Amino acid sequence: MKCDVCESEATVFLTQIINGQMTTVNLCDACSQAKGVTDEMGFGLAEAFLNQPTPTNDVTEGVCEACGFTAAQLKKIGRMGCPECYSAFRDGLDGLLKAMHKGTRHVGKTPSKITQSRHVQGNINHLREELANAVRDERYEDAARLKNEIDRMLNPTPDAV
Amino acid sequence: MLFKTLINHPADWMQGSGPHSEIVMTSRVRLARNLRGFPFPGYSQEHQRLELVQLARPCVDALPEMKDGYSEDYAKLSKTRKQVMVERHLVSREHAARANGCAVAVDRKQNLSIMINEEDHFRIQGIRPGLNLRSAWQLVDKVDTELEGALPYAYDEKLGYLTACPTNLGTGMRASVMLHLPALALTDQINPVIKAVGKIGLAVRGLYGEGTEALGNLFQISNQHTLGEKEGEIISQIEKVIERVINSETNARQKLVEDNPNMLQDQVGRAYAILRHAHILASKEALNLLSLLRLGADLDLISNCDRSLLDMLLLEIQPAHLQLRAGKDLSPEERDLRRAEITRTRLHSLAGPSNVSNNQPPPEAPTSDLPDE
Ligand SMILES: [Zn+2]
Ligand SMILES: [Zn+2]
Repeated sequence: MKCDVCESEATVFLTQIINGQMTTVNLCDACSQAKGVTDEMGFGLAEAFLNQPTPTNDVTEGVCEACGFTAAQLKKIGRMGCPECYSAFRDGLDGLLKAMHKGTRHVGKTPSKITQSRHVQGNINHLREELANAVRDERYEDAARLKNEIDRMLNPTPDAV
Repeated sequence: MLFKTLINHPADWMQGSGPHSEIVMTSRVRLARNLRGFPFPGYSQEHQRLELVQLARPCVDALPEMKDGYSEDYAKLSKTRKQVMVERHLVSREHAARANGCAVAVDRKQNLSIMINEEDHFRIQGIRPGLNLRSAWQLVDKVDTELEGALPYAYDEKLGYLTACPTNLGTGMRASVMLHLPALALTDQINPVIKAVGKIGLAVRGLYGEGTEALGNLFQISNQHTLGEKEGEIISQIEKVIERVINSETNARQKLVEDNPNMLQDQVGRAYAILRHAHILASKEALNLLSLLRLGADLDLISNCDRSLLDMLLLEIQPAHLQLRAGKDLSPEERDLRRAEITRTRLHSLAGPSNVSNNQPPPEAPTSDLPDE
């Protein structure tokens, strides 16, 4: 398989879903490094950003009050400045996450300091709200996904891990 | 523990064998974790990184897993030493490229490493021999829970563990398996397999690729998604895929033995002869020949060959390992000489390949490695 950028033999093969479409990218080692695709890292944030239409102006104008990181910097480097940035740039994040991940909500390990019940209950209430909205807007695919998530939380399958 | 002591010992995963270790070299799981109140390393001032190291290192060093381990500040580490740790998969290339305000800790057996101020404040990595993601996960999960008790993690109920790059959000977990797939490569079946794996949302890369091919027939498969799935689900999905790849490789090996014994024996024999007698050995050539020799050992063409000898040699001939041993920087030409020398020495007592026909058929029937389903 050839590299999508140059003609060298590809050594890195990535598939991701962007805006509901599956994209396969084959890269050679040199190009994968140039594009910042590294051994330990997930792929495509920069690409996803480039391919995303900027939804509103505030995404390029906002600033994180905790660290001073700006939306323009975020767009440019594809990484956040500090943990608080996720609140500062929350708008438009969901679309981005949908393109990158299986879901937009964390369902994995929870720090034990956060009481489990509050966490789950809060999540379920929030999910139910989102489910109602999805049904109202006739977004049935989202609704099905949310329903699955709720079911999963109410009946947690014991993890083999 | 001294750096020298650490590196003079083979890592646990090089010696031990795990499930499917004739095809799966290692299973690794790493977690990305960050602290509240500190900017991510990529957007921080040096004094902030130093402050974080000062806060975090005592907690990391106090972990029971790190007892008698190795821990060092990057300001005190030479480029070669950092590179040696990269070659041992203990730290990432990106982390090794950094200097002030970074630190690393490695447990005594090199099963566990913690990078401080990589792309995230913490990268906690567990590495096990063979197909053993679950045991690697259990290790990092435990260490993570211990650290969480001592340090204020950045965590969000909806987004999970907050990471510098949104591609790591949620579990912050990257699970990866390193596979040795010589028979699929020899029979030109590697690309369809890679394509199929890519289609299900996993990333595949050659381990030592330098622009042309996957050197040494070593491939790494890892998850791309970290948000919206549980750690156990992500691991199960990778395991399922890996078991299918193992099956393909096993079948390809069987087919080579049955349909192409002359070619197989020729390849293994040449690899053995060159490695035993060469005086100039480039890195690329060595990796590819060692791959064939390993295949020969797996198929019992080379008898009494300890696989860990080859795995250890694979590391010893890497550039930084050679330089560390020499105690100085080496030019590529000097490295090729020393690489050949150390290879000849290590393989000195290894007997040559026997005839395929004189041997028992390979132990595994094509389907014997099928997972119970
Ligand atoms: Zn390229
Ligand atoms: Zn911020």
